[in-house]
Amino acid sequence: MQFCRARRRGSWCRVAELHNNLALYARLIGVSIRGQMQYRASFLLMSFGQFVVTGVEILGIWALFTRFGSLTPWTLPQVAFFYGVVNISFAFTDALARGFDLFGTQFVKTGNFDRLLLRPRSTVLQLAGHEFTLARVGRLLQGLIVLLWASNALALEWDAARLALLAFTLLATFMFFYGLVILCAVLSFWTTESLEIMNALTYGGVETAQYPMAIYHKYFQRFFTFVIPLAMVTYFPILAILDIPDPLGSTRTLQVVAPLAGFVFFGVTLLAWRVGVRHYTSTGS
Amino acid sequence: MRAVVADALRPYLAVLTARFRMLLQYRAAAFAGFGTQLFWGAVRLMILGAFYASSETESPMNLVQIAAYVWLGQALLGLLPWNVDAELQEKMTTGAVAYELLRPLDLYTFWFARTVALRTATTFLRMIPMIVVAGLVLPLIGLGAWALPPPATAVNALCFVVSLTATVALASVITMLMHVALIWTLSGRGFNALMTGLVIALSGLVVPLPLYPDWMQPWLYWQPFRGLADVPFRIYSGNIVASAAVAEIFMQFCWAVLIGGIGYAILSRAQARIVVQGG
Repeated sequence: MQFCRARRRGSWCRVAELHNNLALYARLIGVSIRGQMQYRASFLLMSFGQFVVTGVEILGIWALFTRFGSLTPWTLPQVAFFYGVVNISFAFTDALARGFDLFGTQFVKTGNFDRLLLRPRSTVLQLAGHEFTLARVGRLLQGLIVLLWASNALALEWDAARLALLAFTLLATFMFFYGLVILCAVLSFWTTESLEIMNALTYGGVETAQYPMAIYHKYFQRFFTFVIPLAMVTYFPILAILDIPDPLGSTRTLQVVAPLAGFVFFGVTLLAWRVGVRHYTSTGS
Repeated sequence: MRAVVADALRPYLAVLTARFRMLLQYRAAAFAGFGTQLFWGAVRLMILGAFYASSETESPMNLVQIAAYVWLGQALLGLLPWNVDAELQEKMTTGAVAYELLRPLDLYTFWFARTVALRTATTFLRMIPMIVVAGLVLPLIGLGAWALPPPATAVNALCFVVSLTATVALASVITMLMHVALIWTLSGRGFNALMTGLVIALSGLVVPLPLYPDWMQPWLYWQPFRGLADVPFRIYSGNIVASAAVAEIFMQFCWAVLIGGIGYAILSRAQARIVVQGG
């Protein structure tokens, strides 16, 4: 990078580089937003579509609670709280990880990834800045409405500790899902196509985490705790936020620390990305 | 007379079979889709199972009927009109649709043939492994309670097949409505997004329709989307008895004819005043 042409890469140099990368990222996102704002009607329609399609799910949850009365020991506002947190976090991932989401079809299959490799910036930065999908505000909005309703129905008091834990949980869930999308992208280095199976993990993960992990089969719980740490970023910390006991028997300390797994998971997927890039051979054309 | 009809239909049948064969090429995608659907089916069943386990109240469906409903829904997901033909959409935005207008064929029937292939080909590929796994493998590994049960009776099985034919027709005319909407590029996309939401919620895909609150049931009965999933699945499991099935199937066909007619009329009018994009 231009700041570090000399071989000695001191700490000053690194800070400048990071600053430069962040500025570039902000610029890419800004360009993407301005681009989409040229088609304002399209943006509004797509957001509305997102709102409707994702909002159908909470209607389903409400219908089941009306029919069956309860999901022992969980109440509708509690489940709605899980639902709200997951949807808010995933809305951000879905908006910011579009480059990785399209990676298989638009970069590997077409050979366009070659162009990214030629530029003097990291591939992760370029793909992260590929697009900021504004229309995801539809999912964000409905998640936010559900979360506010749930918080109100549960009469939660928002002191500093609780707010901080919520922010931590939202960020960890965002990082977790982002890592999952990167993992899907890594696979396309081998399959040269985006595989739908990965939707099972991203969208399926959202679907799964909308309900408390405790209602699922034991093996399912273990898979989403130890292999794919979905329960670590949503289920456990939310129990601490709602201040309710865990039917699975986890301690409060574990519940508060658990979201760290989301950041670790993100780091692991970045390492996997490096392996993938090294493996990449252009499809050529 | 017969030869004339056969001659007139030939180009449309050719489109249908060609598209069908082309779509069958995507085997890897179908396999991946199968994995996804298996996962979704399992999650849905576990959620519904948990609700059943925590409630004493009488439910309009038993858990075996629910299992049939969920697995059939996953196996036949591709039949539902939740998306449009990506190639057709591309043609609308690039202006290549002009070539479609030049063909000496009836545009609605021509696109309808494409649409039937879109709805059936991928579904056909995905359905088989799904039914094998949900119906045969699950009982073998000791998860028989969650498996896809066989049809309630032989008559129900027969009615199910007929009802499924009606579903294909109904799904295709609704997809056609979405294709026609694409002509109004922007508003069309909004309309289609709304349709997807309606299809998912009102066909029974999110929650089986009988499980919605009782006061909603009359409203849910008189709408076309239940013919896409709710009707055939409940006939299969015996939740709709064979004697009541005939009337239900008749209603499915009525909705298909009505919506097909609306789509045809809109397309005819639109063709008269279409503006082709691009250049």
